Formats: sequence, structure tokens, C-alpha cells
Amino acid sequence: MAAETNTTSTQPGLRIECRALSCDRGGREVFHGLSFAVGAGEALLVKGPNGVGKSTLLRVLAGLVVKSGGEISLEGGEAERPFAEHLHYFGHLDGLKPALTTLDNLSFWKTFCDPVQGRRGIDPLEALGVLGIEHTASLPAGFLSAGQKRRLALARLLVVWRPIWLLDEPSSALDKASEQTLHDLIEAHLEAGGIVIAATHLPLKLKRVQELLMEPVTADAAQTEAYAGGAVFGDEEGWG
Amino acid sequence: MNFYDLANPTFFLNLVRRVLPWLVGITLILFAVGLYLSFAAPQDYQQGNTVRIMFIHVPSAWLGMFCYAMMAMSSIGSLVWRHPLADVSAKAAAPLGACFTFLALFTGAVWGQPMWGTWWVWDARLTSFLVLFIMYLGIIALWKTMDDPNKAARPIAILTLVGALNLPIIKFSVDWWNTLHQPASVFRMDGPTIHPSLLTPLMVMALAFTFFFIMMHLMSMRNEIYRRRIRAMRMRAAAAPSARATVASAKNA
Amino acid sequence: MSWMAALFLRDFKLAVRVGGGALIGVLFFLAVVTVFPFGVGPDLTLLARIGSAVLWIGALLSTLLGLDRLFQADREDGTLDLYLLAGRPMELVVLVKCAAHWAATGLPLVIATPLFALFLNLEPMAIAAVTLTLVIGTPALTLIGAVGAGVTVSLRRGGVLLAILVVPLSIPVLIFGVSAATAVLSATAPFLTPFLYLSAISLVALVVGPVSAAAALRYASD
Repeated sequence: MAAETNTTSTQPGLRIECRALSCDRGGREVFHGLSFAVGAGEALLVKGPNGVGKSTLLRVLAGLVVKSGGEISLEGGEAERPFAEHLHYFGHLDGLKPALTTLDNLSFWKTFCDPVQGRRGIDPLEALGVLGIEHTASLPAGFLSAGQKRRLALARLLVVWRPIWLLDEPSSALDKASEQTLHDLIEAHLEAGGIVIAATHLPLKLKRVQELLMEPVTADAAQTEAYAGGAVFGDEEGWG
Repeated sequence: MNFYDLANPTFFLNLVRRVLPWLVGITLILFAVGLYLSFAAPQDYQQGNTVRIMFIHVPSAWLGMFCYAMMAMSSIGSLVWRHPLADVSAKAAAPLGACFTFLALFTGAVWGQPMWGTWWVWDARLTSFLVLFIMYLGIIALWKTMDDPNKAARPIAILTLVGALNLPIIKFSVDWWNTLHQPASVFRMDGPTIHPSLLTPLMVMALAFTFFFIMMHLMSMRNEIYRRRIRAMRMRAAAAPSARATVASAKNA
Repeated sequence: MSWMAALFLRDFKLAVRVGGGALIGVLFFLAVVTVFPFGVGPDLTLLARIGSAVLWIGALLSTLLGLDRLFQADREDGTLDLYLLAGRPMELVVLVKCAAHWAATGLPLVIATPLFALFLNLEPMAIAAVTLTLVIGTPALTLIGAVGAGVTVSLRRGGVLLAILVVPLSIPVLIFGVSAATAVLSATAPFLTPFLYLSAISLVALVVGPVSAAAALRYASD
């Protein structure tokens, strides 16, 4: 699989540490005080019921949503580059252009994304092969099924090397066989010294894995804590 | 009192509560004096009683511009310090600026009728103010369209600043365009010189209008803060409670 | 291939392929030019006098028409998030996108201008002047429009509002563009002065447009 091309060297020092991460959206606190650390070759599975803020957490990590407190630090990366440029964000949206061919869609990202740590991803055609959609290479992406589009979006992670993968429900719209492929890809990425942070219900059988369980705090507890923190009625920064 | 105290909406509301009665009083006195002086002022030998429109027109025009400067400064506060009160200030200033600009345009037209025999001329100043008025309305429409005021603040701040950068260019181009199309006989809104007997009431009225603006601005900032609190309370009532997380090392399979 | 060339080609292809692209703008331009004689009458001397202005207003409206999709499509399908993470300066990304957008929608307007000018009875010199000013001026319209497109990117129906926001900002472009274009008809009016002002505004827009649109897009992902 894709593992061969990615096992060139491992980064022993790579490590993400998050301390007391919190996020407010529209005056409401989504989560607060999240702390965790993930090292090279390790996966962090974010679990919890719907609406608990898993997607928001991943977007905060990607720098797409502004955090309201806490720290994200990265050791062993390229010092002069921001954290967000060390990662692949794989969200609910595929970022595909239906009017362009599958290969055009994928090749664009290979050219467009700035490679990290001088490591190259694999060839776009090869990546399509890994995900079992190379027969669609010259077809406009609009003709692909939902699962095939998802796989095409996933292929983007292979053509550009980024040590950190943020996966938000990566297995949605995938069939059993593709789920297995996804599993293998994650495993290979970890073996290559990468880090995977995923919000998924998929039971991943990985060697080194942590779970981050996000639980809704009961309404009363949230209120009490908010009062204690001065968040209600907007002392400090809040509007309510 | 420091910067961070002012950043605190509760502190700000207390401040408004204390300052507002004084502001209302000063504004009323200034208006009473200003209006008396305006009516007591002698007629202009050319314009007659029409000159009294200037006592409303010039302060409105001044505040129409001042308001935009206020919005631009608040926008810098929004973008640089991510200051929620700056967002509120920018949002509250927009309708006020639009009102003063409209008043300037309206009184300009009322003045123009007897002076030029027509309600509207494409005079450089009137035209610039019309453009400014459209910009205000656009910004207000943008605030109304974006339903989350927290997300709306920064994009609108960018637009406001680009507008502020553009205003001198617009003014310059409109002046240039005006001299190109209306050589020589350009009417001047302010007349060649202002007689001192007219200057005092004008100054008092300008001061009255400025205090009126500060009063209205503080009041509408206060209302906007209340509006956002209601919004936040409703969202809290509807939404799922805040998440807390625990890290557990999962058992390997 | 450099990343900028790749982005330019991709956006150009998409603009041309999706939804009629360039053609729609030119058709709208034609429609605007056609309704003017119906409004002011078929007087050829009058049309020759106001023709340059009609072409400029037509080009302005056509440019506004296509702007709302400039960033919105990328935001809806998630591409905008990926742009922000790609490690490329967002200002340059915006600039390249604007260039591709202009090449696909603005350039066809400029190319169509000499033909439409014939409908309006413009003299050869006037045709040359209006085409030249549009070559310099339409990029400025696209770049100023990019600010509006960036600010309204999160609005589902931002099209009309976008036009309202952009029109006041584009008035200087219109004033100097039309002044330069009509100067060739008059013996006294200067051509070079407004033309240089127009060029200066285009250069300012080249900086202000991408910088502020990029800033607005960064906030849009939140």
C-alpha cells in the first residue's frame, strides 16, 4: 500500500501537546479545558455523542476556528512554519470540483500544497490506485458516486506528505472494503511516523491509540462552572 | 480605570448609566442655546432666512463624516484587538451615520431649491455625500443580513476600512469629475465666507449635534449589548451544554 | 508547473466550463448595450456622444454580475479550508484567483467592446480609447469586487448586496475611465490625466483588493 513511500524516515521528536484548549462559538462555550498530548506514530480518537464539539475541536486544531483559550504546541516540526501547515484536514466536505477530472482534482493539490519537511507524497495516479478508483482518472469528478468522491478526497492525503492527519468522520459514505483501506492507510501513516487525530465511530485496531472522550456536561454543572468563571452576563469577554 | 475595564461590557454599562443623564442635560442646553442663537442671528444679505438651514446642514454633514471615522476606528479595534465593544461601537454608529448623512442631503436639497431653483444638483459635495450615504446603507444591510453578529464584525470591519481608504479617492474623483463637467460656475455650499455673526450659532449647533451623537451612540451601544445578551441566553437555552473531556488510554485490541 | 500557474489554470478552466462562464457576462453586456438605445432613442449622434459611458457602465454591471461566485463556490465545497491550510500566502491565492476570473470574464468583455461600440456609432479613436481604458480599468473592478466577494462569502444570497457594496467603491474607476474614454471626442478635455489616475487606481486595487479579501476569507472559515 501507500506505506512503502512514506516509510522513508520517521520523526522521533514529533509531538502535539494541547493544554486547556477551549472554544466559544456565538457566545456559547463549546468545550473548555481540553488537554492532551499525541506523539509520533500515535493516534488520538475523539469520541462522544453528536453535537458535543468533535468537529469544532478538529477545526480549532486546524486553525480554521479561533480558539478562545489554551495552547497548541508542536515539537519536532518545522520551526518557521505554523502548526496548520503540518497537517491535512479531512472534513465533511470533499473539496472537489465536479467539472474537473478526477486526476486533475488530485494533481492540483499535489502542485498547490507546499510540501512539509521536504518529503514528497506519492504520485497521483498511484494514489488513485491505492484507493481503487484509478479507472475514473479521466472522468469528471461529477460522475463519481458519494463513496468514490470520498475516496478521491482521501487520496489528497497521500499525494502531499503532511505528518498530522485530522480526520472528521473519515468513514462516512465508505463501504466495508474502503473502510479497510482507510484503516490500512491510517496504520501505514502511523508507521511512517505520522500522527492521526480522528473523530470516528470506526473501531480502529491500532497499536498505539488514545481516546479523548468528550462528554456533555449536565446543564446545571455547566451553569455553575460558567458562573464561577464569570462567563455569564459577560464579565471579561462573554456576551451572556 | 484602564483599557481592560472598558473592555468589560458590565463596566461599560455602569459607565453609560452614570454618564447618560449628564449627556442628555448638556445636549438639551446646547440645543436650546444653539437654536436660540440660530433664530436670533441676522439674515444673510444674499440668502435671507434660507441661511438658517446651514445651522442644521453643516453639523449634520460634519457628523456624517465623523461617524464614518468613528466606524473606521472601531473597525481597527475589532480587527487588531478583537475587542467586542469595538464591534458593538461600529455596528451602533452605522445607522446614526446614515441618519446624519441623510439629514445633510435633505437639508442640502431644501437649501438648494430656493438657491438654485432645483432640488438636486450634481454638485461635488452633494454627490460625495450621496455615495457616502449608499456606503452606510450597504454596511447596515450587511449587518442585517449576517445573522451572527460575532461572525459579522470582522468582515464588515474590513469593508469599512476599505471604504475609509476609498473615501478620499471618491471625494477626489468626484471633485475632479465635477470641475470637468461644470467649469467656472460652481456653486459653493458654504458661500465664500462666513460672517462672524453666523459663526457663533453654527459652532454651538455643531457642538450640540456632536453631544447628541455621543449620547445616541452610547444609548444604541447599550441596546446592542442587551440584544447580544438576549441572543446568547437564547442560544444557551437551546444548545447542548458545554463539553468536558477525559483522556483515557484505550486498551489495545 | 508552479502552484500559481496550476491555480490559475484550474480556476480559468472552472470559470469557462461551469455555468456558461465567460459567455454569460458578454451576453449580459450585450443586453445592457442594447437596452440603452431603446431608452434614449436611436439618435446616432447622441449615441456616439454617450456610447463610451454606456460601454463602461455595461462592463461595470457585467463584472458585478459574476463576482458573487468568486469565492463562494470554494467555500461551499470545502476548498477554501484547504487553501488556508496549503501553506501558500492567501493574498497571492486571491490575486491569482482574481487574475483567472478576469481572464475568463473581464477579458471577453474587453474583446467584445470594439464590436458593441459599432452599435453605438463610436468613432475609431473613441473605440480604441474605450477599449484601452477597459483593459486597464476592468482588472481594478474585479479586484475591488473581490473585497466585496470576500466579505459576503458566507451569505447564501449575497449577489445583490455585493453589488450595492461594490458600486460606491468603484465610482472613481468609472469616473476616470469614462473621462479618459470620452476625452478623445473633445478638443479640450485631457486624455492622459484621467488615464493615469485610472492606472494609479488599478495599481492601488492590486494591493488593497487581495490583502483585504484574503483577510475577510480567513475570518470566513470560522
